[in-house]
Amino acid sequence: MLPLILENLCFSAGEREIIRSISCEITAGTRTIILGPNGAGKSVLMRLCHGLLTPTSGRVTWQEADAARRARAQAMVFQRPIVLRRSVLANVLYALKLAGVAAGERRPRAENVLDAVGMSALADRPARVLSGGEQQRLALARAWALRPEVLFLDEPTANLDPAATRNIEAIIGAIHDSGAKIMMTTHSLGQARRLGDEILFLNAGRLVEQASVDEFFRQPRTPEAAAFLHGELP
Amino acid sequence: MNDISQALSAAAQLIVSADTTLVSIIALSIKVSLVAVLIAAAIGLPAGALLAIARFPGRQALVAVLNALMGLPPVVVGLLIYLLLSRAGPLGEFGLLFTPAAMVVAQAVLVTPIVAALTRQVIEDAWFEYEEQLRSLGAGTMDAALTLLWDTRFALVTVLLAGFGRAAAEVGAVMIVGGNIDGVTRVMTTAIALETSKGDLPLALGLGVVLLGIVIGLNLLAHWVKLGAQRYHG
Repeated sequence: MLPLILENLCFSAGEREIIRSISCEITAGTRTIILGPNGAGKSVLMRLCHGLLTPTSGRVTWQEADAARRARAQAMVFQRPIVLRRSVLANVLYALKLAGVAAGERRPRAENVLDAVGMSALADRPARVLSGGEQQRLALARAWALRPEVLFLDEPTANLDPAATRNIEAIIGAIHDSGAKIMMTTHSLGQARRLGDEILFLNAGRLVEQASVDEFFRQPRTPEAAAFLHGELP
Repeated sequence: MNDISQALSAAAQLIVSADTTLVSIIALSIKVSLVAVLIAAAIGLPAGALLAIARFPGRQALVAVLNALMGLPPVVVGLLIYLLLSRAGPLGEFGLLFTPAAMVVAQAVLVTPIVAALTRQVIEDAWFEYEEQLRSLGAGTMDAALTLLWDTRFALVTVLLAGFGRAAAEVGAVMIVGGNIDGVTRVMTTAIALETSKGDLPLALGLGVVLLGIVIGLNLLAHWVKLGAQRYHG
């Protein structure tokens, strides 16, 4: 699947240019954080990579020719978790069924992953009445159960309190340790430092800087990144 | 005023003593409308869901037409079905005119657009919320339609009730294609129309009270069931 190569990627909604000619290479193994102020195009860039949006021009290239396999090797967790009106376990089973996992394998796999995120006791509870943090944990479990090579996370803790945020961050770490490539958007500098290996810094639809977390926070190469780190960009 | 109170007490007596004419009319009404709603559900639920999710040229026009069909005049529907089913009509050989089956057909034609149009609205609202997540999980149009029909099941109960209310309360179409034949095709609404014109107010009023009771009672029941289910499932 990886590296993922973006070439002159552009995306416009009507007259508004949201992504302006982004080119870069995203490699396996690292946790890539897409960082930038509100409206920089972080979420749109991720949706273009995941295939939920079609670029206006430019190319997204994965190292996998087969479209079905390409789709199955990715999963995404959204800012607001969407869980189905059925039990916690059934939510995970549903995703596995859509992914074409053999019927006999679904249940053990779902139970394993619920155990790994600490939700075994909630397996039979209706998912829609869980707290926001629990729903996001379920969304992570559902994505993890698919054993993706690449996991996209769009501001997964933006709506959560600090305790739930720590919990989600720990699970993201575990998913990374299990071998998945992590690509995540955030506007929290602390979270980028805690979870990231590499930063893609976006501003106004452009990729301003691609650097390791260390480099980026120690010595940003561009004035825009420096301004963002000093809290001067919105 | 005196007429009304006399008629009301006579009506109460008919209901309390479970008058055989009254009971057989009520039973036929419920049977015909129930079957009509089942047919409308079998067609309208999937059609509405697909119309909400699938994207094709002319979709907006189809939605507009469907919404307009909700206001089909029952008398006109009755007339058209009468022409189709009459001896000389294209479906005359089946001998359905002036049978309960013809009334089922007429009510199904009236109710199917209502079920489909309201379902389309419910599912489209849900799709707006679920689309990215379901597409990310690899759901095709059919998968998504079935998933959303199940996830909005509590709202759809209300849709089917609206259909039943329309079917049970309708008089023009069943009068024309059923013929209001005593003991064969006489239902509550046609009986009320007939008895009123004959001046037999107790039977008309008794039927009116029962018809109101059924519609209101069913809606109350559905409301409580829905509340309970939503409290449990979220």
